[in-house]
Amino acid sequence: MTNAEFAPIVFAAALLGGFVGSLTGLGGGVIITPVLTLFLGVDMRYAIGTSLIAVIATSSGAAAAYVRDGFSNIRIGMFLEIATTLGALLGAFLGTHVPTRILAVIFGLVLLQAAWHAARPPAHPSTPLAPDPLAKSLQLNGSYAGPSGAETYEVHRVKQGFALMFGAGAISGLLGVGSGSLKVIAMDQAMQIPFKVSTATSNFMIGVTAAASASVYLSRGYVNPGIIMPVMLGVLAGSLIGARLLSRLAVPLLRKGFAVVVGLVAVQMIVSGIRGTI
Amino acid sequence: MSARQISDRTIERMVSVVLRGGVLLSAMVVLVGGIYYLVRHGEQPVDFYRFHVLPGPDRIAGQILYGAFHQRGRSIIQSGILLLIATPIARVAVSLAGFAMERDRKYVAITSIVLVVLLYSLVSGAIAG
Repeated sequence: MTNAEFAPIVFAAALLGGFVGSLTGLGGGVIITPVLTLFLGVDMRYAIGTSLIAVIATSSGAAAAYVRDGFSNIRIGMFLEIATTLGALLGAFLGTHVPTRILAVIFGLVLLQAAWHAARPPAHPSTPLAPDPLAKSLQLNGSYAGPSGAETYEVHRVKQGFALMFGAGAISGLLGVGSGSLKVIAMDQAMQIPFKVSTATSNFMIGVTAAASASVYLSRGYVNPGIIMPVMLGVLAGSLIGARLLSRLAVPLLRKGFAVVVGLVAVQMIVSGIRGTI
Repeated sequence: MSARQISDRTIERMVSVVLRGGVLLSAMVVLVGGIYYLVRHGEQPVDFYRFHVLPGPDRIAGQILYGAFHQRGRSIIQSGILLLIATPIARVAVSLAGFAMERDRKYVAITSIVLVVLLYSLVSGAIAG
């Protein structure tokens, strides 16, 4: 295959991935590494570098809209970014030392979790918790525009959320993914932040988390310009189109369908990793 | 309390502009570099199947910019990628300025820590390269 043949194929795949990823909330980066490695035979290390950069593009594009609409809580985001960026640095360091077949297996497991999470958004735990004094002193409690006026919320279990975010950052740096669903779980489940705020704030944090490890991968020669060019342009265009259509399409069915596809791809990644064919 | 919220909204609007502008600018640079690259090297076979560390003008900031200046397609693409990586970092810097204007010391400190981690990663990457 020549460069001129490769670019349009990958552009089209990235366009589709970005489109479906933004419609379903799984993000545009989730499908890039499997498509590059399993279908096009690209080395896992180039795929990780590529997907990490694509994640910065899609999340920054989406975050711009979310932040403007006031759903992101920039204080929660900023505070937790201490944990995610440090985790991402650790992940990038580990990622350049771990064999690719082990990375493929871990990637598959993380993908399975993301697919599961997308298929059934978690129910909010109803047991009320005592307010966390740390949330008050860090001014994390906030409000957002609900259907009937401003809805206020309190943030709980700040330390636990912070620790989980370190893990989410490490996974992001290790595998070159946004680990958006892990971030949402930390905020929504552990810290009991409303789902809408958790999702928007997670998106807001993904770009900064990925930037912490991206410069490490770039300087180590993982970001191949011949691959990143069609991927970045495709995934960005796809996610922008997806965001435009978001309110007009029946998303739940698509979400379940895409979750099944991602789940199958995840199993394929794990099998390839175990067989050592990746 | 209300003064703080008005101010937080201002930071949010600035952040939104930085993110959108950075992404669009970097996409345009990547597109231009891509055209250069495909016009000149489109007929060459792809070389993605086995990992090898890319040459300096593909991965080290200074050499990327030098290559882009001399119209090397792959370096132009990579300078677009540098812009993209810089976008969230600029977002953190803008938030820092915003919190400083609000005189919120705690969040100036928190944001500074994040900025230091990001800059450390950027600089250590450049040195390791």
